[in-house]
Amino acid sequence: MAEQVQESEKKQEFWRWTESNWKNPDINWQDAKIITAGIDVGSVSSQAVIITDGEIYAYSNMRTGSDSPESARNALNYALEGTDMPEDKIQYCIGTGYGRVNVPMADRSITEIACHARGANFIYGNAVRTVLDVGGQDCKAIRCDEKGKVINFLMNDKCAAGTGRGMEVFADLLSVPIVDVGERSFQVDKEPDPVSSTCVVYAKTEATGLLRKGWEVNEVLAAYCAAMAERIYSLIERIGIEKEFAITGGMAKNKGVIDRLMKIVKLDQMKTKWDTQIAGGVGAGLFGWTLVQKGKGRRQ
Amino acid sequence: MITAGIDCGAKNTKTIIMKDKEILGKGVTLTGFDQVAAIKRSFEAALKDAGISESDVEKIGGTGAGMEDITQANFKVNEVKAMAKAANYYFPSARTVTDVGAEMGRAVKIDEKGAVLDFAINEKCAAGAGAFIEAMARALEVQLEEMGPMAMKSDKEIPMNAQCAIFAESEVVGLIHAKTGKQDISKAIHDAMASRIVSMIRRIGVNKDIVMLGGVGQNLGFVNSLKKQLEVDNILIPEDPAYGAAVGAAMVAAEEV
Repeated sequence: MAEQVQESEKKQEFWRWTESNWKNPDINWQDAKIITAGIDVGSVSSQAVIITDGEIYAYSNMRTGSDSPESARNALNYALEGTDMPEDKIQYCIGTGYGRVNVPMADRSITEIACHARGANFIYGNAVRTVLDVGGQDCKAIRCDEKGKVINFLMNDKCAAGTGRGMEVFADLLSVPIVDVGERSFQVDKEPDPVSSTCVVYAKTEATGLLRKGWEVNEVLAAYCAAMAERIYSLIERIGIEKEFAITGGMAKNKGVIDRLMKIVKLDQMKTKWDTQIAGGVGAGLFGWTLVQKGKGRRQ
Repeated sequence: MITAGIDCGAKNTKTIIMKDKEILGKGVTLTGFDQVAAIKRSFEAALKDAGISESDVEKIGGTGAGMEDITQANFKVNEVKAMAKAANYYFPSARTVTDVGAEMGRAVKIDEKGAVLDFAINEKCAAGAGAFIEAMARALEVQLEEMGPMAMKSDKEIPMNAQCAIFAESEVVGLIHAKTGKQDISKAIHDAMASRIVSMIRRIGVNKDIVMLGGVGQNLGFVNSLKKQLEVDNILIPEDPAYGAAVGAAMVAAEEV
C-alpha cells in the first residue's frame, strides 16, 4: 500500500499548469477587415493569438511538445476551437519564440524580443518603457518606446537560474504544484534568507539540506522565490528600469517571485486583464496586422 | 613525521595519512548532510588503512568546501594551494593543474616548486563540474561509472547547444527521442563539459605538463575529450586523483611549523 502511494506521487507532474483558450465575445470575425495570427512557440509553452483589426479575437496557451511544428499546429487549432472562424480566413501569420523558424503555417518569423515589446505595449498600454519577460528557458529585460519599439535589451538564455524551468525543478523537488508556489511561499512566520546557490543544480542540493535541517516546505519555497527575485533583478538592474514597468511570461503569475522582486525594484507593477503569457503571440499578430495594412500581406 | 590531510568535498570526504613523503593510508566516505560525521568516518577509515592510531598523527591539514567543519585540523589550507602541492608531489614536471570535482572546477598555474602563480575557479555553475555528468547520467538512465566508457566507444561529434545542466537535460531527452545512440550522447556530454574546463584552463594558459586531479579524473572518457580540446597528447593523472586535495593538505601540514 505504502509503495502504491509513492508510485502515484511519482507520476504527478507538479510543474504542470492548466492549458487554456479564450474567445472575445464582443467581436464578430466576419466584420473584420484584416485577420492575422501570431504563434509564439516557446521552449516550454506555445501560444496562438488571432488578431482581428488590431484587437485580440481569440488565443490559446499550451505546453510545447517535443516537436515545434506540431506544437504550433496544436496551439492554432486550440485557439480556433470554439470560434466558428475557418483557418483560411487568416490573412497573415507570424511565428515567434524559440521555435519560430519551425512554425509551418507562418508567412515569416520575427524575434520574440520585438514581439514581446509590441505585445506588452498592447496588453499593458503604451506607457510601458521596461518589459521583463520571464519565460520557460530564458529571461529578457527590454527597454522600449511608446510605440512598443525595442530600444535595448538584455537576455539570459544560458542558465536556468531565474527562468521558469528553475521554478519547475523546485516544484517537482518539493512536490508542490507550480501554480501554488507563490501563495505557499508567503505562508511562513518569518521571511528566510534566500537560497545562496545560483546554479539550479546546486540550489536543489542546498534545498534538500535545508529540509533535512527541519525547514518547512513553505520556507524553502520562500527562500527560493527570494533567490529567483534577486537573480532576475540583477538582469533588469543592468539595463536600467524606466517607468512604467511591466512583466510578461509565465513567471508574471508567480506572486512569490514577483512580489519579492517588486520590493527590490521599488516601483509599482503595471496591471493587465490579459494572460501575461500571450504577449509574444499578441506582438506577432499585431506585426502581421501592420504588414497587411501596408499592403505587404500575402493572401487576399 | 606522520601527517593527515582531510578534504571535505561536496560529494565525498577523503582523508590521506602520510609519513614524510610516503602515503600510509587513505579513507573515503560520502559527505552527505552531516559533514562532521563524514569527516570522522573518513579519518577513522584512513587510520585503519594505515594501521595506526589517532595519537600517532602529529599534524592535520584540512581543506575542501566543508573545511570549517574539520575541527581536528591544525591548519586549514585553501584548495588551490593544496592542489598545487599535490600536483608537484605526484609529478614535479607539472605546470598546469586542473582539478574537477563534484561541484567545482579549478585550473592552477604552478612553478617547479609547486607554488601557485595563477588560478581560475568555477564553483557557481554545474556546467563545469562533475555534477553535470551526474545529471546527464540520470537523464540517460545509466550509471555514472558507465558514462566515460560509453563515451569512449563513440567518435561522433554532436554539438550540444545548452550550457546549463538543467537545459542540457532537456536536450539529452530530445537526442534520445531523435534516436541518437547513448554512446554518442555520452560523448557529446563529455565534450560539452570539457569545453567549459578548457576555457577555464586557457584563461591561465596551457603549460606542460598538465596534471589532472579530482574525482572526475577517474573518468577516462572525460580525459579523452579534454586532451583533444587542449590539443595535447598526454595529461598526467595519479592513481587516485580524488585524493589530490587531501594529499596537498597533508603536505602543507607537514611544512607548517
